[in-house]
Amino acid sequence: MSTPPELFRLLDVEKAYDVGRKGGLFASGPRRRLAALDGVRLSLKAGESVAIVGESGSGKTTLLRVLLGLTSPTDGRALYREKDITLLQGDDRDRFCREVAMIYQDARGSLNPRMSILDLVAEPLDHHGLCKPSERRDRVAALLSRVGLPPEMMERYTSALSGGQVRRVAIARALASAPAVLVADEAVSGLDVSTQAQLLKLLRDLQREMGVSMLFITHDLGVAAYLCERIAVMYLGRIVETGLTKDVLSAPAHPYTRALLNAAPKFFEPIAEPLGGEIPSPIDLPPGCRFAGRCPEARDDCRARDPELVAGAPNRAFACLHPLIGEPAFA
Amino acid sequence: MADVALSSPPRAAHSRGAMAWAYVRGHVWFVIAAVVVGAYVFAAAFAPFVAPFAPTEQDMMSFMAPPAWGAHLLGTDSFGQDLLSRTIYGARYALLIGLGAVAIGAGGGLVIGLAAGLIGGRVEWALMRLVDSLLALPSLIMAIAFISILGQGVDKVVLAVGVALIGPFSRTVRGDVLQVKAQPFVEAARLMGVGTLAIVWRHIIPNVIFPLAVQATIRVSYAILVSSGLSFIGIGVTPPTPDWGLMIAEGRSFVSFAPWIAGVPGAALAVLLIALSVVGDGVREQFDPKLRKEG
Ligand SMILES: Nc1ncnc2c1ncn2[C@@H]1O[C@H](COP(=O)(O)OP(=O)(O)OP(=O)(O)O)[C@@H](O)[C@H]1O
Ligand code: SF4
Ligand SMILES: [Mg+2]
Repeated sequence: MSTPPELFRLLDVEKAYDVGRKGGLFASGPRRRLAALDGVRLSLKAGESVAIVGESGSGKTTLLRVLLGLTSPTDGRALYREKDITLLQGDDRDRFCREVAMIYQDARGSLNPRMSILDLVAEPLDHHGLCKPSERRDRVAALLSRVGLPPEMMERYTSALSGGQVRRVAIARALASAPAVLVADEAVSGLDVSTQAQLLKLLRDLQREMGVSMLFITHDLGVAAYLCERIAVMYLGRIVETGLTKDVLSAPAHPYTRALLNAAPKFFEPIAEPLGGEIPSPIDLPPGCRFAGRCPEARDDCRARDPELVAGAPNRAFACLHPLIGEPAFA
Repeated sequence: MADVALSSPPRAAHSRGAMAWAYVRGHVWFVIAAVVVGAYVFAAAFAPFVAPFAPTEQDMMSFMAPPAWGAHLLGTDSFGQDLLSRTIYGARYALLIGLGAVAIGAGGGLVIGLAAGLIGGRVEWALMRLVDSLLALPSLIMAIAFISILGQGVDKVVLAVGVALIGPFSRTVRGDVLQVKAQPFVEAARLMGVGTLAIVWRHIIPNVIFPLAVQATIRVSYAILVSSGLSFIGIGVTPPTPDWGLMIAEGRSFVSFAPWIAGVPGAALAVLLIALSVVGDGVREQFDPKLRKEG
């Protein structure tokens, strides 16, 4: 049996949270649901890297939790190597745990403060039985040097490390089990520019040398462009545009993507007008396109019809009735 | 400005002695307090060799003798017993009761707090209502209640004070468990496929044991204080045991003309309590990674 090219596949994944009745605890209205993810389709092939971008609250973290099997979708399916992630068992589950590694935004919080760097980086090795006890130190030293940390660090604790060093430790630990996919939620945000640049370079080198896939959540389009060949733009629980990063960012098809691009700070340019209007509440969504309230291109039909994500160009899909490039080919 | 930028941090000390000296200089009060506590422990352990007299030996020639150079350095009490010797033996009881009670309180608190925090649901609810009932009364009143059930004696005091301490220990352990459980590193371990028991053992327990140990060192002095209180009001350790609380109570009636009878054990108690709390703070600073200084 040949391994399928796709590592992850999300098939119309919906994740809705019950948020109680309108009017509070004792109200008698209908139960309300908040769709953090609403029909998300996404795939990640071996060796490929995808950036997920979108404003706060668009569902990026929820998407990642579904991918990691930390929450189960309320509808649709989330597959890893063609198997339901939440139903993985036995060898499949071991394989998933070994092949999918997470890099947290809160790198310090993701590392047990009572464990030495040696034990932290060796934990995946120990857990998956990947090396003999006699090789443990050498393996950890090699991993540390791969992320640019000296072997003397092994005896230290994270409390004695800087923010940048802690992220490197987290990356070394994620690499320990030789994963097929690195999943990262804002892995380089909150750092100074030069540290961020070093880490991005490190991640890109790792990607090229080890052929590891990446799923990178970021709000920084520059980071997305640097690290990921594909991009998926999320808005209110949906992917509204996806394609090759260079295509999407150079010629956005969805007005929301263009708005994100305009809002992104550019050097030597005055800060652009922020996105007008408010993000509607994901609880009471208006009918039609969910971006209509803020969209400068909105026309009458936008408030009546909810556009689906459809292929609009080679390697490209967007959910807009009046895209900024070409016209979507409705199926 | 220039010298601020140029001054490098003090060179790390190289020899072992120099390193120790650097540590002492950085933690003067902690070291002094630790030496004081060490002296009490030594005196307690080797009381028969350190004390000039047996604790209950009466000197018929000297009752209520004031401290003076001679046979009774710190004077004698109304029974003619040597106060220095009694105070040294008293350290035994104080430390024994303090450590024993805290061991019971911390052990019980660890079990209850872990069970409540890890299992949750009805078990947690029931355990925490139990703890609430233990916490409804101040520890001293609680200990009095237990003594009235158990009867008097050193072992009963240890048990009574220990049980009275289970409440506060349980509560902090549970709080710590809940807090640690929500940490990303626990989720990270789960993602790695680490099983629940291993997560509890490797990631949760070490992170609640250290704050517990810190709390325990701080509560030793509290346990000693409560047990002395019990003896002082006459329901703890029975006479003629050389218990400080008991000695203070005995000396109380003579305080106007023989203040040393209550004063000597009182001072011994006060110095130990202060030293223990300074040591407790130092231990907290050592073990809390957020408070620990570099180097
Ligand atoms: N457990 C939950 N219960 C109820 N609502 C939730 C829950 N988790 C997330 N949500 C909601 O789902 C939506 C998407 O949240 P999510 O955390 O995925 O956004 P995000 O894109 O990661 O945002 P950010 O950039 O701020 O991290 C938000 O409206 C959030 O309030
Ligand atoms: S469908 Fe209409 S409202 Fe929605 S993004 Fe496209 S143009 Fe704007
Ligand atoms: Mg998020």
